[in-house]
Amino acid sequence: MRMANGSAGASGETAAIRRTVFSGSPFLFLTFICGTMVLLFIAMPLLQMVSQPSAAALWETIRDRAVLSSLWLSVYTAAVAALISFLLGTPLAYLLARRDFFGKKLVESIIDLPIVIPHPVVGIAILSLLGRGHPLGHLLDKIGVRIMGSVTGIIVVLTFVGLPFYIHAAKAGFESVPLRLEKVSRSLGAGPASTFFRVTFPLSWRFMLSGVIMCAARAVSEFGAVVIVAYHPMIAPVLMYERFTAYGLKYSQPVGVWLILVCLSLFMVLRLLSLPARVER
Amino acid sequence: MIELDHLTVKLPGFQVQNLSLHVGSGEFFVLLGPTGSGKTVILESIAGLVPVSDGLVRIAGCDITRLPPEQRRIGIVYQDNTLFPHLTVMDNICYGLRYVRQDLDQARQRVAHLVELLGLQSIARRRPLNLSGGEKQRVCLARALSTNPAVLLLDEPLSALDPNFREDIRRILKQLHGELGITFILVTHDFSEALYLADRIGVIRHGGMEQIGTAEDIFLRPASPFVAEFVGMKNLFTGCIAGGFFKFGGLHCPLPERMTHDKSVMGVRPEDILLRRDTGFADNYVCYDGIIEQIMPSGLWHEVSVRCREACFRTVMDRKTLQEQRFREGDAVYLGFDAGSARMF
Repeated sequence: MRMANGSAGASGETAAIRRTVFSGSPFLFLTFICGTMVLLFIAMPLLQMVSQPSAAALWETIRDRAVLSSLWLSVYTAAVAALISFLLGTPLAYLLARRDFFGKKLVESIIDLPIVIPHPVVGIAILSLLGRGHPLGHLLDKIGVRIMGSVTGIIVVLTFVGLPFYIHAAKAGFESVPLRLEKVSRSLGAGPASTFFRVTFPLSWRFMLSGVIMCAARAVSEFGAVVIVAYHPMIAPVLMYERFTAYGLKYSQPVGVWLILVCLSLFMVLRLLSLPARVER
Repeated sequence: MIELDHLTVKLPGFQVQNLSLHVGSGEFFVLLGPTGSGKTVILESIAGLVPVSDGLVRIAGCDITRLPPEQRRIGIVYQDNTLFPHLTVMDNICYGLRYVRQDLDQARQRVAHLVELLGLQSIARRRPLNLSGGEKQRVCLARALSTNPAVLLLDEPLSALDPNFREDIRRILKQLHGELGITFILVTHDFSEALYLADRIGVIRHGGMEQIGTAEDIFLRPASPFVAEFVGMKNLFTGCIAGGFFKFGGLHCPLPERMTHDKSVMGVRPEDILLRRDTGFADNYVCYDGIIEQIMPSGLWHEVSVRCREACFRTVMDRKTLQEQRFREGDAVYLGFDAGSARMF
C-alpha cells in the first residue's frame, strides 16, 4: 500500500513540475503555437504534392526516358558542383577561418553575393561573361568549351549558387578546431600540410560534408539561373516547369515527387555519414 | 642555450617590447607575471608560433628567428586541454615520432620510458575525452617529450588543475626535469609554483622584463614595488627619507641600510612582522603600538591587519599562537619587525 502510494506521489510530482513548466506561461504557449504553424506551413504543401499522384502515374513517369535523364542530370550536375566547391572552397574557407587580413570583410561579402542576387540575374550575368559576346566567352568557344545550353554551363551555374553554402560550413568547421591543437602539432614537427591532414581535417570533416550536402541541395533546387543558361539539356526542375506550362499541374507533380524522393534519400545517406560516431567510454 | 635578443612582438592590442633573456642549458626557468603580461606570447615566439617583429631568438648560438616551428625541436604544453580528441592517448604521444630523424627503436624506447615514468600504461588505449585533468596534462607532457626536444615550454601547465592534481603534476615536472636534463621554461602567475620549481625566475610586466634572479633573490630582494607585491610583500608604504629615518603614515623607521634620498617606498613581508602584548622585542626591532583591525582565516594561516597611526600593517599568524595570545579584533597590541628585513625602493 505504502509503496503504491509513494510511486503515485512521485508521478504526481513530475506531472506538477511539467504543469508549472508548460502551463501558466503564455509565452511558452505562444512559442508552441508558432512552432506548430511553421511545421505545418512547411510540411503541408509537400505532403499534399506527394500524396496527389497515383502509384500508376508515378510508375508511368519514372519509365519516361526524358524524366529519368533529367533526374540523373540534376543529381549529376549538383554533385559535380558540390565537388568543385569542395576542392576550390576548402582552401579559401581555411584562410578565412585562420587568418586576419586587410579586406577580409569585403571578401566575405563577395562570397555571399550569390545568395542575395536574384537567380535569373545570376544566369544573365554568367551568360554575359561566358557567352560569345565577351572575349572570355569567345576564348572558351575557341578551345571548344560551350556554356550556353550545355552540361558545362549548368555545372558553372550550380557551382556559382552553391559555393557560399559550402564555404560557410567549412569555415565554421575550421573555426571549431582550436588553434592550439594546430600549434602543438607544428611544435611536434608536423608541417602546415601534415597538420591540416592529421589534425584539422579529421576534426572538421563532418562540417565539410554537411557543407557539401547544403551546396548540393542548393544546386539541385536551382531553376532560375539554369533556365537562362541552359534550357536544354533539361534538368528536373526545368522539365517540371515545361510540363507544368505545357500540360498542367497533374503532369508536373509526379516528376516533382521523384525529385524529392531521389534527393531526400541521397541526403539522408550523407547525413547519416556525418553523424558523430558513438562516444567511446 | 636559449637567447632572446631585444625581442619585439606586436599583436593586435598587445606587444612585447625589446625583451632580452638568456636561459642556460638544462635550466628550469620560470617566467612569472600577472595575467595579460605577455608570458604566453613570449613562449610562443620562442616556439615560432607567433610572428616576431624585431629582434632575434637563438638556440645554442644559432639564429632560429625565421625557422618554422616544426624545425625548432621545441616542445610546448598548454594549460588547457590540447590533446588531439580523435586519437587515443598512445597515438597522441606518438604523434610526432614520424618527424624525428632518428632510430625508431630508440624512439620507441623513449616513449615506453615516458609512459612508465608518467604512469600512463592503464590509459594508453583510451581517448582523451574522459580523462581527468591531471591525466590529460601527463599525456601532454609525454607527447611533448616524445620527440626529444631541446627545450620544453610550459604555459601555465598547472593552472587548470584541481589542487590535488596540481601538486602531483608539480612533483612530476620537477622529477622530469631532473631526469631528462632538458631546458624547461615555464610561465605562471603563481609565485609559490615558481618558488617550488625554478632555478631562476624572470618577472614579466606589460611585456617587459621587470627582474631576473634566483628564486631567493626575487623573494627576499625584489627590485621594484611591483615585484614585491607580486611575491607577497604585502606591506608597502609610501613616504620620505629625513634625518636617517624613513617617515610614513605618522611613523618613522630607522633606515635599514645606507640609503640615497631617492627611495620613497618601504616594503615589509607579512611573515617578518611580530605582534606582542608588551614591548619586549629584540634590540634591532622597530616597535609601534597599534590596534588589531581585522583577523581573517585563510587556510593554514590567519591574516591579521593592524593599524598603527595612518599605516595599516598586514601580518600572518598560525592558529595556535593566535589562540594562546588571545588576540581579538579591537585589541591594542605592539607590532615589531627587524628594520634590516625591510626593503627600500
